[in-house]
Amino acid sequence: MVLAGIGAGLAVIGAGIGIGKIGGSAMDAMARQPEAAGKIQTAMIIAAALIEGVALFAVVVALIAQ
Amino acid sequence: MRVAKITIQFLAILLVTLLPLSAFAGGSHSEDKEFNATDLINSHIGDSHEFHIADWNGHPISFYLPVILYTDNGLTVFSSSKFHHDNEGKEIVEVNGERFVRYKEVIYYADKFAAITDEADKSGLNFDARPLNFSITKLVFSMLMSAIVLLLLFTAVARSYNKNKMAPKGLAGFLEPLVLFVRDDIAIPNIGQKNYAKYMPYLLTIFFFIWINNLIGLIPFFPFSANLTGNIYFTFVLAFITFLITTFSANKYYWGHIFAPPVPKALYPIMWPVEIIGMFTKPFALMIRLFANITAGHIIILSLISLIYIFKTAWISPVSGAFVLFMSVLEMLVAALQAYVFTLLSALFIGQAVEEHDHH
Repeated sequence: MVLAGIGAGLAVIGAGIGIGKIGGSAMDAMARQPEAAGKIQTAMIIAAALIEGVALFAVVVALIAQ
Repeated sequence: MRVAKITIQFLAILLVTLLPLSAFAGGSHSEDKEFNATDLINSHIGDSHEFHIADWNGHPISFYLPVILYTDNGLTVFSSSKFHHDNEGKEIVEVNGERFVRYKEVIYYADKFAAITDEADKSGLNFDARPLNFSITKLVFSMLMSAIVLLLLFTAVARSYNKNKMAPKGLAGFLEPLVLFVRDDIAIPNIGQKNYAKYMPYLLTIFFFIWINNLIGLIPFFPFSANLTGNIYFTFVLAFITFLITTFSANKYYWGHIFAPPVPKALYPIMWPVEIIGMFTKPFALMIRLFANITAGHIIILSLISLIYIFKTAWISPVSGAFVLFMSVLEMLVAALQAYVFTLLSALFIGQAVEEHDHH
């Protein structure tokens, strides 16, 4: 039970770091070129959704394993 | 204009204060039973043969859905009220010459259930002890309802284009930008200008169907509260259909990439399992992504509401209500986003299957 929780927590760390990096580089890119902000935002959201998918794989595995 | 603004502000404040009423969506428990958050959450996320609306004086009020079973005696239909809310396999219902019990929302033959000794065999996968179950459960009811809503919406919009030859107004004006969005930002960039039109009906269907079902799952009262897209069997079927469409519309370049990728021939025994597994993991990821996102959101909202029951005081309810409001708004974003991502990735996979190369 506890290990499932620890596993889910570790997965969330990975997701947090990944999405944080994406958000950070998206902000840098938008600051450099404000006209491209729309496209950058779309790409950022897609990448964030994909990373969140992977993190939720891990949560699902943790749910099954406990 | 000022009247409209005041009305809108009043409605907004009223709705926000009523939001903690979604706590009643949990159904109350009689005072002598310990509050079990896990059971509450599981009963909300899972499927059920009846719609549990509320509890009144310890009596549960439910909307009973029909149970449709195919047994050796043929088709058997009865209302789930015959089970009298029993979920532990104790109440035996005798219909059409067969006897049934219900254990943890799964219907078994009564005699075969009584013969099960191993606790692990009492699962939904024990197909010998079960009749074929075609019931209209909570999730099937919600799916049929959203399908009918979509049908009515879009046929009305389509008919209005015949009558109104100028710029669309009203419902058509609301839906047209969304349809154009799916065409111009999802279908054409991924599938290409030549063959995108064949796949537009499918992409539009999954986009709006998933979005509407996500939103319906967020509304806490009857008849809307079913968590359809959070059911892995449902998302499995959607991902499977995407897989079928990709496989059956794939051209020889696609199969060429899988069975003859541009690597030295000695690596083919390694590449074949990798590529074939890759063919299956992509729809599998689609299935898990949608299921896990929506279910996780529902679990978070239900847990935050359960805080009130765990702390056993009404003073926590503004805090809990504020969190639930925040999470609900986030879940609305996730509802649209997950529909978009599912459609985008389906379009991407279809595009990979039908794309033409000239340089091989």
